[in-house]
Amino acid sequence: MASAQEIIAEITKDQLRHDLPEFGPGDTVRVHAKVIEGNKERIQVFEGVVIARKHGGISETFTVRKISHGVGVERTFMLHSPRIDKIEVVRRGKVRRAKLYYLRKKIGKAARIKELRTPR
Amino acid sequence: MAVQAILGRKIGMTQIFDETGQAIPVSVIEAGPCVVTQIKTPEKDGYVAVQVGFGEVSPKRVNKPMKGHFKKANVSPLRHLREVPVDDLSGIEVGQEIRVADVFKAGDKVKVTGTSKGRGFQGVVKRHHFHGGPQSHGSMIHRKPQSSGATDAARTFKGVKKPGHMGAERVTQKGLTIVRVDAERNLLLVRGAVPGANGGLLYIARDERG
Repeated sequence: MASAQEIIAEITKDQLRHDLPEFGPGDTVRVHAKVIEGNKERIQVFEGVVIARKHGGISETFTVRKISHGVGVERTFMLHSPRIDKIEVVRRGKVRRAKLYYLRKKIGKAARIKELRTPR
Repeated sequence: MAVQAILGRKIGMTQIFDETGQAIPVSVIEAGPCVVTQIKTPEKDGYVAVQVGFGEVSPKRVNKPMKGHFKKANVSPLRHLREVPVDDLSGIEVGQEIRVADVFKAGDKVKVTGTSKGRGFQGVVKRHHFHGGPQSHGSMIHRKPQSSGATDAARTFKGVKKPGHMGAERVTQKGLTIVRVDAERNLLLVRGAVPGANGGLLYIARDERG
């Protein structure tokens, strides 16, 4: 008999998305999310810094933070959701921790993240 | 199909996305296959029902009276036996296998019965949702139960909420919707939580209310 984890992995397997780029905390991403307004569907773009990736498997989520009109806005997306049209990685960031919640207390220049330059 | 309920084992919880992209929390239940071990007839037993068995068991674990019962039905020993209601007995034979797809389809409303997780001896705040007292400012009443009745009664009435053993009791969760029936893998995906720990025995019956 298959173990509980194996059974659950099997159920969720075909809903996992493999078409999304690799990205992690510190990266700046542009998320194209499908939003339903009334009976129309349109794409909404949300661009900001990924400050966390949480959970695993089908339940995985990521949080994107941006400053909009001087106000910090955070939005958490479900990574494998069919409502995500695509994700673009705009910039790769150099960070030393997995959760960047400290950015919430930083403003302006202090909230910058160094760009990750991969040696070629 | 005439059988109105099935036995299963709780696997765990996960989530799946529906057509609109909404994430639905689901409990995964390994339901069946159940084997008919006995048929209760009005002539012999005075009522109509079917006894079904579920789950593998080592023959060493089965005692002699139960071995006889399984031998009579000509089936291999099963871990759990339960009676399930039927609407009519036609087409049901002893030894017949009942699969989950015969009983339920996606969209059906069900009630799920199981044994809740045991919590041990618990105080009134956790067990009966008492509010508890202030934690500071000289308060000496933190999680105490306080009065258990009036003084002129000279006794404590039965049924007064007190600390004690919590959990490990029979719980029925009604009105759950079946999200998906996986006939191949004998799985049942039910929206929301079901009672008990993972691996626990569950009784899944049709919910007539809905």
